[in-house]
Amino acid sequence: MKHKFLFFYVFGLAVLLVLAACNDSSNNDDPAAEAEGNDVEAADGGVLVFARGGDSESLDPGSTTDGESSRVTRQILEGLLEFDKESFDLKPGLAHDWDVSEDGLTYTFQLEEGVKFHDGTDFNAEAVKINFERWADPDHEYAFSDAGYVYSMYGTMFGGFKGDEDHVIEEINVLGDHEIEFKLSQPLGFFLQNMGMTYFSITSPKALEEYGAEINEHPVGTGPFKFVSWQKDDSIVVEKFEDYRKEGLPKLDQVIFEVIPDNAARLIALKAGEIDIMDGLNPDDAAGVEADENLQLYTRAENNFGYVGFNVEKAPLDIKEVRQAINHAIDRQAIADALYAGYANPAVNPLPPGYLGYNDEVPGYDYDLDKAKALLKEAGFEDGLEIELWTMPVARPYMPDPETVSQIVQNNLAEVGIDIKIVREEWAPYLEKTMEGEHQMYMLGWSGTNGDPDYFLSSLLHGSNIGTSNRSFYANDEVDKLLDAAKLSVDQDERADFYKQAQALISEDSPMVTLVHSTPVMATTNQVKNYVPHPSTSESLEEVVLSK
Amino acid sequence: MAAYISRRLLMLIPVLIGMTLITFSIVHLIPGNPAQTILGESATETAIKNLEESMGLNKPYPIQYSIYVTDLLQGDLGTSLRSKAPISKEIWPYIAATFELTLFAMIFAVVIGVNAGIISAWKQNSWFDFLAMLVALIGVSMPIFWLALMEQWIFAQELGWLPAYGRQNNRDPMEAITHFYVLDAMLHLDFSRIIGILKHLILPSIALGTIPMAIIARMTRSSMLEVMKSDYIRTVRAKGAGQFLVIYKHALKNAMIPVLTVIGLQTGVLLGGAILTETIFSWPGIGRYIYEAINYRDYPVIQSGILVVAFIFVIINLIVDLLYTYIDPRVKY
Repeated sequence: MKHKFLFFYVFGLAVLLVLAACNDSSNNDDPAAEAEGNDVEAADGGVLVFARGGDSESLDPGSTTDGESSRVTRQILEGLLEFDKESFDLKPGLAHDWDVSEDGLTYTFQLEEGVKFHDGTDFNAEAVKINFERWADPDHEYAFSDAGYVYSMYGTMFGGFKGDEDHVIEEINVLGDHEIEFKLSQPLGFFLQNMGMTYFSITSPKALEEYGAEINEHPVGTGPFKFVSWQKDDSIVVEKFEDYRKEGLPKLDQVIFEVIPDNAARLIALKAGEIDIMDGLNPDDAAGVEADENLQLYTRAENNFGYVGFNVEKAPLDIKEVRQAINHAIDRQAIADALYAGYANPAVNPLPPGYLGYNDEVPGYDYDLDKAKALLKEAGFEDGLEIELWTMPVARPYMPDPETVSQIVQNNLAEVGIDIKIVREEWAPYLEKTMEGEHQMYMLGWSGTNGDPDYFLSSLLHGSNIGTSNRSFYANDEVDKLLDAAKLSVDQDERADFYKQAQALISEDSPMVTLVHSTPVMATTNQVKNYVPHPSTSESLEEVVLSK
Repeated sequence: MAAYISRRLLMLIPVLIGMTLITFSIVHLIPGNPAQTILGESATETAIKNLEESMGLNKPYPIQYSIYVTDLLQGDLGTSLRSKAPISKEIWPYIAATFELTLFAMIFAVVIGVNAGIISAWKQNSWFDFLAMLVALIGVSMPIFWLALMEQWIFAQELGWLPAYGRQNNRDPMEAITHFYVLDAMLHLDFSRIIGILKHLILPSIALGTIPMAIIARMTRSSMLEVMKSDYIRTVRAKGAGQFLVIYKHALKNAMIPVLTVIGLQTGVLLGGAILTETIFSWPGIGRYIYEAINYRDYPVIQSGILVVAFIFVIINLIVDLLYTYIDPRVKY
């Protein structure tokens, strides 16, 4: 009797549990299939799920510098110009034609006509003017400074804000409904390049009026997809904009950006068919993806570099031969292989290859311990020396594992008699103290945004940036002159030439050990077609289709 | 009873003050200038100054603290640096997500844990007892992230029975009303959606519920064994009651008191946000909210998130204390 009771009790529980689990699995076999409630048949249409590691910070493109944000806003809003699919070459966007005056001080854009914002209002020159003024002027009615909006990318790319001495955009004139003119206070070599950046995409003025400081949660642009909803740290849904200016685009009905923080879990979701595209594949998993017949592997073009910098004002690093010796003693290939599973290339210049003016004639420093020892001897350090290396406390795409890099550097340099003492600091003090020059050697890196060499070379190595982003305290008058000239010129060939000369001088001076350019890897299912990753990490998904 | 409750509520005040002091100090205990930490390597000097000003970091500590507490008393949890939205408005979906997951994890933990514990005690030293306690031991020692990844690998990738991540069908998300998705699906009167959402709950609930389940099973077993030795059980037996009745009617209630404490504490712990489970299953709960805030150095969210979690923990403890009187009428306040 009592056994019967127990039996029924346990059995009842078991049946309940099994029912709970089975009931649904009989209804819908696999999670991917349950999705297709909407009528999806041919190649066009369908819902694409794009999974990434972190959520967007803001969907107001101008007020953020976050790549996860521009990845999404790239679909919703458009700028005057666009980057080419796989490079930073410019092509028309909302402006179909443009002119630069002889002196490089006036830019005139002819805007597309008949373009509508998602809220039905017309896109015109006035809208462009309002957007630029909003970024430039903290007191503008749509600047929302009180709510904490800062347009730092604008400040970086256009020399500051309204009233600042170096701010280049002096005035913006609406010449007609679809013609606009920018007057600059001084020429800016990468002005057009900036116009291609997702950060400078045009928002509907009506939406700015309507949503006010909540515009970061209600993006309204002219792009191929319009915003539907945003569940924080979960998903962002955008859907096809029927009145998109490009005929027949976009192909997909909906794109859903999902956040799956864990790289391994994201890969499982991809293999299970729950997502279609995954960003942020571990380099170690790339081989597995390549071998899987249901998946496709993609790499993004390199757009960053990690480096070990020297404080050239601190002895013994003020001696050029010591810096060159260290450059010869570090095995870049070993670092690329060990930490990036080969998805990184040893760096020669402090600029990604493929950039305007990249100098491939710079010999760089090959891994050669004899040369290193000879140089050290020349500098009078044949008996060895001791140097401090400050290790980055956080990981970055250009430096996924700073701790291991510092250990490899330590081992490499031990072989030529340099004793490296590793210094650890918290991130904020690390940045502050390296800015003030308390360090000897340090580690950092830089990622591109507008595809222009100035953003790399001037930020990191121009004398005027000592005390801010030039933590090597490197100042070479000749290099500075070349960088200035290149910044002021609007002749791209001339600029390329200036940058090439600058790189040669920099390499000779050896203010840093350029380590690697990393090539981030990602994966999609085989159903995804026409997907092309862009080096900026933000690519338009308007042409992507899902095949059956 | 009323006096006890009001006394307990009064005791909350010093606890809450202590909590605000701790959360307030977080910003100032981290080395370096918080504004620099937040803005990172390409920050300009003006940007740092502006942020300091907007966060009030340039004022003396006591004034900063009094502003902080005054705001809290007005229900103002601050504004997120990341999203620029008021935290009091933004935090709700995260709390709802964590509540839902905790509820299902605890149902799993309690149903399996209590029953396994009872049967183990009943059949002490049987094969079931050894097996159940071995499973419980493995359960408490198992790294959650490993268990979670194994679940995903087996049930999502290999078998394809259950979804690998998220709270609902990711290709067709529904409009949230209360942010308790099971409830929302019911409000939408959409039966297949309810099933879909329950399916999404299974793997994370098991991952999250495994440790509490093991703890509850062990606690129930030892507590039952103790009660079963007491005089009144012998009396009940002498009166001829069957084993099932003895255990479930007479012994269980008394054995449940320590178990209830454990259940309460574990619920509190889970509500604090299970960062690992929430990260691996991409569950947008309160643990993820705080974790993302730490990554972004969004101090207001870190402070308020911790404060809210601590508050919930304290309240759960209060509820457990009150439940004692229900379970055991001898407990008087």
